[in-house]
Amino acid sequence: MATVAGQRATAPAPGAGARRRRRRSFPAWRWVVMIVAGLYFLLPLYAALRFAGISGFKDVFTTPGFLPSLWLSVRLAFVTWLITMVIMIPTTVYVHLRMPRLRRLLETVTILPIVIPPVVLILGVLQIAPLALRATAWMLALEYVVLAMPFAYRVLDAGLRSIEVKTLTEASNSLGAGGLTTLWRVLLPNMRTAVTSATILIVALVLGEFTMASLDLQQTFPVWIVLFDQENAQVSVAASIFALVVTWLFLMLITVIATRQSRRIGGGEVTIFAVAPRETIGN
Amino acid sequence: MTDTVTTPGSRRGPGVRRFTSLLRTAPKPVRTLVRYAGVVPFVAYVAVFLIVPMVAIVSGAFQNPNTGAFTLSNVNIALHGSYIEGFRQSIELSLIASVIPGIFGLLIAYAIYTARGRAGSFLRQVVITASGVFANFGGVPLAFLFIASLGSSALVTGWLSDIGLNIYNHGFSLYTMSGVALVYMYFQIPLMVLIILPALGGLRAAWREAAENLGARSWQYWRYVGSPVLLPTFLSCLMLLFGSALSAYATAEALTTGTIALTSIQIGTFLNGNVIAGQQNVGQALSLGMVLIIAILMIFYVLLQRRSAKWLR
Amino acid sequence: MTANAANETAASAQRRTGQATGVAGIAGTAGTREGTSVSLRDLTRAFGSTRALDQMSLDIAPGELVALLGPSGCGKTTALRIVAGFEYADSGAVLVDDLDVSGVPASRRDMGMVFQSYSLFPNMNALDNVAFGLRMRKVGGAGRRKRAAELLDMVGLSAQARQFPHQLSGGQQQRVALARALAIEPRVLLLDEPLSALDAKVRLQLREQIRTLQQRLGTTTLFVTHDQEEALSMADRVGVMKDGRLEQVADPSELYSRPATAFVAEFVGTMNRIPGELGTGVVTVLGVTVDVQPGGPTSGPVDALVRPENLTVAVAEGGNGIVTNRTFLGSTTRVAVLLSEDTEVLVDVSPAAAAAMTPGTAVQVALPPAPVLVAARAS
Repeated sequence: MATVAGQRATAPAPGAGARRRRRRSFPAWRWVVMIVAGLYFLLPLYAALRFAGISGFKDVFTTPGFLPSLWLSVRLAFVTWLITMVIMIPTTVYVHLRMPRLRRLLETVTILPIVIPPVVLILGVLQIAPLALRATAWMLALEYVVLAMPFAYRVLDAGLRSIEVKTLTEASNSLGAGGLTTLWRVLLPNMRTAVTSATILIVALVLGEFTMASLDLQQTFPVWIVLFDQENAQVSVAASIFALVVTWLFLMLITVIATRQSRRIGGGEVTIFAVAPRETIGN
Repeated sequence: MTDTVTTPGSRRGPGVRRFTSLLRTAPKPVRTLVRYAGVVPFVAYVAVFLIVPMVAIVSGAFQNPNTGAFTLSNVNIALHGSYIEGFRQSIELSLIASVIPGIFGLLIAYAIYTARGRAGSFLRQVVITASGVFANFGGVPLAFLFIASLGSSALVTGWLSDIGLNIYNHGFSLYTMSGVALVYMYFQIPLMVLIILPALGGLRAAWREAAENLGARSWQYWRYVGSPVLLPTFLSCLMLLFGSALSAYATAEALTTGTIALTSIQIGTFLNGNVIAGQQNVGQALSLGMVLIIAILMIFYVLLQRRSAKWLR
Repeated sequence: MTANAANETAASAQRRTGQATGVAGIAGTAGTREGTSVSLRDLTRAFGSTRALDQMSLDIAPGELVALLGPSGCGKTTALRIVAGFEYADSGAVLVDDLDVSGVPASRRDMGMVFQSYSLFPNMNALDNVAFGLRMRKVGGAGRRKRAAELLDMVGLSAQARQFPHQLSGGQQQRVALARALAIEPRVLLLDEPLSALDAKVRLQLREQIRTLQQRLGTTTLFVTHDQEEALSMADRVGVMKDGRLEQVADPSELYSRPATAFVAEFVGTMNRIPGELGTGVVTVLGVTVDVQPGGPTSGPVDALVRPENLTVAVAEGGNGIVTNRTFLGSTTRVAVLLSEDTEVLVDVSPAAAAAMTPGTAVQVALPPAPVLVAARAS
């Protein structure tokens, strides 16, 4: 049995010795881990920033090819997002409602894109795609949907699990709303966080995807960055850091706003994958 | 057969609506088919844009590129020479670039997961969003980041030299296996953080407190409860990381063309490089091999996830 | 201190060797075991600007089961967690057998805790879960499995020894959790709303089982709940908490019949509020003047607090109220009466008498001449 180390209490001492720092609240190892991680991730960024210099950033926007390639990537991202949402949201909701047993199958199917590396996928696609489609960049968007699927599904599924889909739908139906109305007015507003996260993930994916785009000979933003590196490395590096930082800020903004909204309706903080349980103040 | 249902004032008008439920009297197979209709769009999309290209590859792997006849020569070539070397090195690289970032990613995820208060919440959000961005970062820009910091005449190399540690004298190079693995970790670690965080959410505080209450110290909790419960998920995440490293193309190309044989690069050459006559379909055989390796990993992944779901739900 | 310490170490030595002679052997009948006293002295804890605990003090006698009762946010769970060692108090102390344990980490306090739910280790079966605390105390394999089996038997789950938590029902899980907490023969047993997550029938069964076990073992117990029925039926004494303070600590019957404050009166059981006029030490309500119980306001508009079973009602033409509703409760019927001053009261009568009191019937509600508690009038 553990020995109880203590002193005979003579009188209750208000404050003196009564406060004990929880040894667990922020132990040393956590600092070590975070500092090492910080160094590993931030040092290279800093080195690249120094290399790019002010000139790199100044010239970024005016360099030929920057805007067209960025615009192409943005359009691809939008189309990818649209198709992904239109297919995945109704499917995920439908499966949650009508075929819960199929959820497992759906999870497995959405893992398939991970099994097939992008380089393999583009190889296969270029074998069989009709020439008309192959010539445009839209085929890339269609394949990007496949790449986005695993992440989109996970996020939407997590979002649906955190709301009582079945109950809400039944309530909505009992009050007279049909399927589409329920989806639009009841379910989607409650899935805002999940949809937002999925959007950000898709945007990050498309803006960073190089392999398929370059092998398909489309000049998307990441491809342009690499091509332009031959010409002016500083501008190229500045462009990639720019893309990185903007995506990061965008994500942070969405997360902060979503958390604030979620806290207002009694939930907890919001992260990319889920809403955390509400912190309870002692009872 | 009709059902008569009274609906309270729907938009179409109050009162009685008649449903002609053919469906109710249809035979069971038809009903099941209609139920499955809801997932048809999704399945169709996956079939066309994923399955079909894959089938093309599988069939191409066994076809003679000129005659179309069945042949095993593509597979044969893929299993020898520089190609088998490519497989070997890809696997070796992927092992390093999955286990190490796996452990480190778990540490980071745990560090931020248990941070408390508003500051902790902010830390979590910053790290998670950063992970979401960095997990997609790669290729030439990433390679450049490291060349700028750890290249032979770069920033950090210089600093280390100043304090007497010349890493290049010790054989370090960004273009060796370990150098490439180091660069891979830049997106592998964030990926690990993202995929293991949900699992950490399943580690209930009550377990930790119950263990403490029963006399367990921190390491005992981890030994008897924490690690056993987390292990299946951790392993499954490692599978995912391995697959990610194996599939990596852009970063590999930026760092290794010509120096290290890697399967993903070799596959890429069949699309944009010079291809030896008669061997055009070897790329597809290579692809088949890669997909098989990853498929096996994914099976383990799914099995391990199911195991941990029982405990962490 | 030395005598106490000697007794402690003797008992603990016996426990450590794992030679459990069975729980009955050690415990004997309730009260004959050396019990542990627990004292909470002036515990204060604030979370940001919210005061979870405000100078809360409580003494628990050896072998006693004290329930902390109150609405959510009143601080009861915080108090329990401070005793357990999972939270610290900003000021104040926790004394166990007159020793200050505030500096002792949770893992060394020798208290058994049952959590609200889902606290069983999912990777171990029931037996291993129960044996865990013994493993931490370095009890050998065979000894600890034997003891764990005994405890599972005590809670009636021997057949489930090899099952895993996800295979057990909520009630079964909590029984295993109870066995696990008791396996280490703790000096103090702490229960954090252990029945809240269970359904009604299981809750009742478990209530009895916990109380019986606790009495048999004579373990000093602190029990937190928001369910007043639970507290009243299980505890030796109940402490009602509100906003971090103890409003009253008393045995259940006293708490019920002589509530010290209006909050306690209304939280425990059902209470009527009837407007009345204060005099000197008396109050006039429903036309009669009765003594006032000390502790309430001495001036201003007040309500008298009266329980439904302490009012009488009879059918009477031109009475002071009209029946609005009747609720059949089994052995009594609760009649809701609207009094002429726009106040509704609930009165318990026998079902036979209530038969005549259909809604709309004029009735006379009367107050017997016993002292009543008063509170400031609710507007």
